[in-house]
Amino acid sequence: MSVITDDVNRSLMTDGNSVAGLLYDLFAREMTAEPTECAACGREGELGTLLAFTRAPGVVLRCPACDNAMLRVVRTASHTYIDARGAAYLRIAR
Amino acid sequence: MAKPLTWQSATVEAIHPETARAKTFTFELPDWIPHRAGQHYDLRLTAPDGYQAERSYSIGSEPERQGVIDLTVERIDDGEVSPYMHDVVAVGDRLELRGPIGGYFVWDIELGGPLLLVGGGSGVVPLMAMIRHRAALKSPVPTSLLYSSRSADDVIYAGELERLGAQHDGLEVVHTFTRQQPAGWAGYQRRIDRTMLSEVSGPLGKTLRAYVCGPTILVELVANSLLDLGIAASQIRTERFGPTGT
Repeated sequence: MSVITDDVNRSLMTDGNSVAGLLYDLFAREMTAEPTECAACGREGELGTLLAFTRAPGVVLRCPACDNAMLRVVRTASHTYIDARGAAYLRIAR
Repeated sequence: MAKPLTWQSATVEAIHPETARAKTFTFELPDWIPHRAGQHYDLRLTAPDGYQAERSYSIGSEPERQGVIDLTVERIDDGEVSPYMHDVVAVGDRLELRGPIGGYFVWDIELGGPLLLVGGGSGVVPLMAMIRHRAALKSPVPTSLLYSSRSADDVIYAGELERLGAQHDGLEVVHTFTRQQPAGWAGYQRRIDRTMLSEVSGPLGKTLRAYVCGPTILVELVANSLLDLGIAASQIRTERFGPTGT
């Protein structure tokens, strides 16, 4: 990301709370209070605390401690792609 | 536990201007579901060509008020959704909503206190739901709201906050005006900082629960300052919105 693009993205940044609806769609339950761990730095925290970048073709959730992209979600007309390689785990209530 | 989150067609029952830039929309929901203070609804607009824009708006009303919800929307001039809400939507219109959503930035009186609420601009909206919830159940939980606005004219829910703060039931409302102060203003007139947080939170002790909502720069400063002041990270909950829920 260039510096200017990065500034624009930062100014539009929200957090995991703002994508609670999307997460609910994907996992069929409330997810923002569920913990997850950053695969890069080991920070653990609720999904609601992750930085959210939503003004793009997809949604990216980043670690607030090290900026690692933990979760990427892209939806097409027929499918949803989830790239969660940046998260060591996600916890989902049964 | 798991239930589908479905879009419903909500009817605009009332529109109330709060400030020059913020309006409260009261929606009547065909399937009203009790929410928790701090939760939000997603609002979806669909253009004639099928293009959809979705935004998340905090609920300002308390769960004790049944059948309807209040969403307070701040106008963002270059936004996709908020100008439409402000300039086009009228009483009687139907809009698509889904919710309530959110399980992290929530407070119920069962969680107890003392409660420190810190808001910047329209970040006060979910905090107001907590204040109204507390008032509706006549909870004695000691609560302080520290609310940063550019000027007195930018204060959302000004009259109600003044009335609730004057009841001396354990709710303190503290304003700071960062750009312009009313004549004779003796209160805070700067951005929220550690000294201000120390002064406002002091009477609540170190075991308080803090809810902080506003622009990222405010949220990070407040959260870091509270940690410095000895508040445990697990007691601090934050919600950021960009320059915001455009």
